[in-house]
Amino acid sequence: MNAPVDYLLHLADNAVVLGQRNAEWCGHGPILEEDLALANVSLDLIGQARLLYQLAAKRLGGDATEDTLAYFRDDTSFRNYTLLELPNYGPLVGYAASDRDYATTIVRNFLYHALMSLVWQELGESPDTELAAIAQKSIKESRYHLEHTGDWVIRFGDGTDESHDRAQKALDYLFPYTAEFWVASDVEAQALASGAGVDVSNLHQAWNEIVEDTLAQATLKKPVVKGYVSQGKQGVHSEHLSYLLTEMQSLARAHPNATW
Amino acid sequence: MNTTALKDWPLWEVFIRSKQGLEHKHCGSLHAADAAQALRMARDVYTRRQEGVSIWVVPSANITASNPDNKGELFDPSADKIYRHPTFYDIPDEVGHM
Repeated sequence: MNAPVDYLLHLADNAVVLGQRNAEWCGHGPILEEDLALANVSLDLIGQARLLYQLAAKRLGGDATEDTLAYFRDDTSFRNYTLLELPNYGPLVGYAASDRDYATTIVRNFLYHALMSLVWQELGESPDTELAAIAQKSIKESRYHLEHTGDWVIRFGDGTDESHDRAQKALDYLFPYTAEFWVASDVEAQALASGAGVDVSNLHQAWNEIVEDTLAQATLKKPVVKGYVSQGKQGVHSEHLSYLLTEMQSLARAHPNATW
Repeated sequence: MNTTALKDWPLWEVFIRSKQGLEHKHCGSLHAADAAQALRMARDVYTRRQEGVSIWVVPSANITASNPDNKGELFDPSADKIYRHPTFYDIPDEVGHM
């Protein structure tokens, strides 16, 4: 049984949106080696998104291509977690000049890759064999991303007073958005019913263990989540996604069908 | 964690073993806070195009190098000792290329 197309889009949108956010660091990384490393993560994510969009386009048929799915859908059609579309810095007062904050970027990636290292593992066994093949390729990438970003979380948390402070602030800001991981959307419920999806609530404990182990080494405090559950994967986004998409889609929309 | 300030990160030499090659070959250097990080960065900087299947990193400070000023006395004396090359032996055809 194949997974619903919307479920493929949920997975693809996650990858492309985080890939795009991470790519904002390209050429601006804190050090040369890390600049390359994060660009590598982006390229892995965009590669995953391409495979998923291609599969979705094949199953949709008609004029759909990976490009129409990535570049010609609007923000309310995107099904990515809200966590992934937030800017690369935390909340600021109105008059503050924003800048990229590497702790925010790293913590966000860590929380997501901890999840995906579990999701891809399960999807690798999916009876939807084409999705399973993508998952088996992606699991290796996600495990490395988790190792890489987890290492930075520990270095930041257990580093200097300032790096600890910034890592904790990033965690306090981003962690509540992970509540969205564990509440199945209609699409995830359909995917699960089809037999090809993943029961996200079953992954919560394993995810907690990964996160708590790393946070303990980092001497960071796990924030308490109460109440609010973001709904990006159901198409209800923060104001940040439309800006991200406008930039990402501008070239393809200004020059439709352009090739290079 | 004992954190080294960015400006004090030591230099590491990176050695990669390619799929074809038998031995690790020097391919470059990078700055990193410690060995584990150097290894990870070497992966990201030097194996992006499938260059390798194994990585070594070595603190550059631990490499003892010959002095370029001594090049003459170290290496020139071997220049006129062509008999050290095994080119004066007859190799049976059956051996093929060596």
